Amino acid sequence: MSNEFTSATFNKFLGEHKLMGARCTKCGGLYLPPRAICPHCYSDQIEWIEMSGKATLAAFAAVFIGPSTLQAEGYDRNNPYCAGIVELDEGVKISARILGVDAKNPASIAIGTPLTIEFMERGVAEQQKTVLAFKTI
Amino acid sequence: MHIKKSLPRSIAIVGAGMSKFGAFPDKTGRDLFVEAFKELSGSIDKGFDPKEIDEIYVGNFSSDLFEGQAHNAPIMADAVGLVPRSATRIEDACASGGVALRQGVMAIASGLADMVLVGGFERMTALPTAQVTDTLAAAGDTLFEIPAGFTFPAFYAAMASAYMHRYGLKPEHLMHVALKNHANGALNPKAQFGVTVPDWMQGRIEAAKKKNKPVPTWQNEWDFLHDDAANPLVAWPLRLFDCSPITDGAACVLLVAADRAREFTDNPITIIGSGQASGMPLHDRAELTSIGAAKIAAQQAYEMAGVTAQDIRIAEVHDCFTIAEVIASEDLGFFEAGTGYGMAEDGVTARDGAKPINTSGGLKAKGHPVGASGVAQVIEVWKQMRGEAGARQVPQDVPLALTHNVGGTGQTCAVHVFERK
Repeated sequence: MSNEFTSATFNKFLGEHKLMGARCTKCGGLYLPPRAICPHCYSDQIEWIEMSGKATLAAFAAVFIGPSTLQAEGYDRNNPYCAGIVELDEGVKISARILGVDAKNPASIAIGTPLTIEFMERGVAEQQKTVLAFKTI
Repeated sequence: MHIKKSLPRSIAIVGAGMSKFGAFPDKTGRDLFVEAFKELSGSIDKGFDPKEIDEIYVGNFSSDLFEGQAHNAPIMADAVGLVPRSATRIEDACASGGVALRQGVMAIASGLADMVLVGGFERMTALPTAQVTDTLAAAGDTLFEIPAGFTFPAFYAAMASAYMHRYGLKPEHLMHVALKNHANGALNPKAQFGVTVPDWMQGRIEAAKKKNKPVPTWQNEWDFLHDDAANPLVAWPLRLFDCSPITDGAACVLLVAADRAREFTDNPITIIGSGQASGMPLHDRAELTSIGAAKIAAQQAYEMAGVTAQDIRIAEVHDCFTIAEVIASEDLGFFEAGTGYGMAEDGVTARDGAKPINTSGGLKAKGHPVGASGVAQVIEVWKQMRGEAGARQVPQDVPLALTHNVGGTGQTCAVHVFERK
């Protein structure tokens, strides 16, 4: 499989426990999620670059009514989870599951909390996928 | 990017109609659309011949998933007797209606059409809530946002968390938005939840008494809104009463070239500004406490109209969640960033306040049939500007008004400015 700038390649890297962004080789713009075309200089000369995995919490929700996929994992009103947006040390942001926080006590969760990357394995066989997460340090 | 600052032809609204908003197990999307069209037909002061309609634009998010019906524009056209006219569906999530309006404006402005029917509908309540949540989530980025566990309440909760951190908003500020919008909705006979929060609470107490169940001990609406059982958390900090409901409904308006408006009414409302912009997923934005597409769409609409935010007398804004109304009021320039959250509590955005917002009850109380909402907003300002809003008519004269319709978390935004000439 070539490393085209597609979500499939991004997910393949994720399966290898690598969070990969895209860097424009012309203007240096860094993009996460990756982009095939630089929105600043419109160059398509893009390269993959691995992110450090160090981040801080930029925004979050403690989710008490989740989508059916998370309900199937056992999350519900009595067992909420945290979804968030993290800002990586490289300055780009991405959506991720947030681990190590008390979603039942959302007031205890603080924006700016330092986080480190975690890869969650979900499903089996053909359904197997890696979910991007960040956990408190 | 180059946006023309004026329309080559002026456009007027001469008729408007909407179905009742609510949960209607026995009605399909097309039934609701017919209901809205019938009211529209009766609303045109000097009457009209539907045969004069040149084109139809229909806003709809997902009748495909909600009703198993795709390709719905010709079906709506047929249901109201308008085949073989051009009928086009617009899908931009919750902004579908507002974008359909803009397409109608452009059809007339281009000279291709003189009279356009703009409608929107959504029939949402046939699916169980979990499936509705999944269907709505498809309006987010399904590759990068949804796998992280985001739902729509969660997206807006995340924006609220960032806003709280930055500006000091408390959940009670959001409750004031819900109280205001329910107070307005209680005066709107078309509203899904046309009841004030105190009356809602009282209804629950009466029901408990009648059924010989334990009677809740709420002393006032604040006890009720803070009760985890009565007002459960959906996605912290948002509770049930911070969220717009799942709704069935349809709405439509009739646009004509302004130079023909007096054939149909002596009281036309002119669309003098139209703006639309797109945005990235939430995590890709520099700012999490505002919606860039809304700011740009508003700027375009203001420039085209030649007015400022201060000139606008009333606005219907996209309060899919209470926090969204606060952010909208800042993005539109009504209030400085970081100050909008106190305006409901202070009464500024109340019906009798200096800047009434969501006099219809908003999406929160009137209901949010996704594809219809952007059109129903227009109906409210049309009524208010004509002095036909009944019990919820604002005390001040309304020569200028605005609608603000958002798709997703702000990946689409359409803003329109209206004038009574």
